[in-house]
Amino acid sequence: MEGDIGSIGAGLVYGLGAIGPGIGIGFLVGKAIEAMARQPEAAGMVRTTMFLGIAFVEALALFGFVLSFIV
Amino acid sequence: MTPMLAAVEWGGEWHIPEPSELFEWPAFWWSADWNLFGVPLYVNRVVMLTFLAVLIAAALFLVAFRAPRVVPSKLQSFAESIVEFIREQIAIQVIGADGVKWVPFLTTIFMFVWINNLFEVVPGINFPPTSRMALPAFLSVMVYITFLFMGIKAQGFASYFKNLAFPPGVPWPIYILYTPIELISVLVVRPLTLAVRLFANMMAGHIILTMIFITIHAFLYLRPELPIGLVALVAAPLLIGFELVVGILQAYIFTILTAVYIGGALHPEH
Repeated sequence: MEGDIGSIGAGLVYGLGAIGPGIGIGFLVGKAIEAMARQPEAAGMVRTTMFLGIAFVEALALFGFVLSFIV
Repeated sequence: MTPMLAAVEWGGEWHIPEPSELFEWPAFWWSADWNLFGVPLYVNRVVMLTFLAVLIAAALFLVAFRAPRVVPSKLQSFAESIVEFIREQIAIQVIGADGVKWVPFLTTIFMFVWINNLFEVVPGINFPPTSRMALPAFLSVMVYITFLFMGIKAQGFASYFKNLAFPPGVPWPIYILYTPIELISVLVVRPLTLAVRLFANMMAGHIILTMIFITIHAFLYLRPELPIGLVALVAAPLLIGFELVVGILQAYIFTILTAVYIGGALHPEH
């Protein structure tokens, strides 16, 4: 594999694309754990919603992953 | 001279494998020239592993529930715990009371994805078929068709897309922002991310495991004076454990998202 500018771009696309979702998932899971600790009887509902939220936030990182193949 | 690692099926001397050698397998000789209108349909290791996953899942449930007893055997209680988990934690929790009739569909998806993911760490197989895009893409297209069909069936064609794009009780200027985002999110992003999430996780896991195994091989056999091989030897079981967790987590997320999409199609108010 030659080191051209495209591979640097692909790396940047994925790396930069992962920053936002990384922060977002950190916040999301932290808040979910906080909610579960405050109200353990709602843990099932919180967990379901947490995974749903993670799926939406993660979509942005996955865009970066797909685009890094295209770039 | 030294133990063989990946890429044995490609033959030749030992070398650090190219990424394509980790994921592309040659066709079995008896199926090399099978095709359908010019599209190659050859059978390789990945196809056989997929069928093996179906066989294992079917055999597990058939044997476990062949003669069900009130006091379950170990196998029956294991299979029951899977079904109960899907029923209580996913179907009823996400879809609602009418989610019970989706339990067979969700259980099938969960077991199929989970066993395919497990192949990543099974000694002698060491390859997850879900790390080839074909399998997640197929599953995702199936889920996509299912939830669109159920939405149209439950609400009618016009009102399903009307509820999707223009939900009631929203002031109309919001629609300028909301409608395009929601349409793209539901019709394009949902199937795409469902497939790519599973694919990317399993592909990354497979590459990481292969790299750690290659590191062990290369440094223990070729450069034994460096401690890197020993470090990798200690790290490898931890990574295998991590990949076990990732495998079941991805199967769970795939199933719960399937349930969320179907539930959203059945009940427009969500």
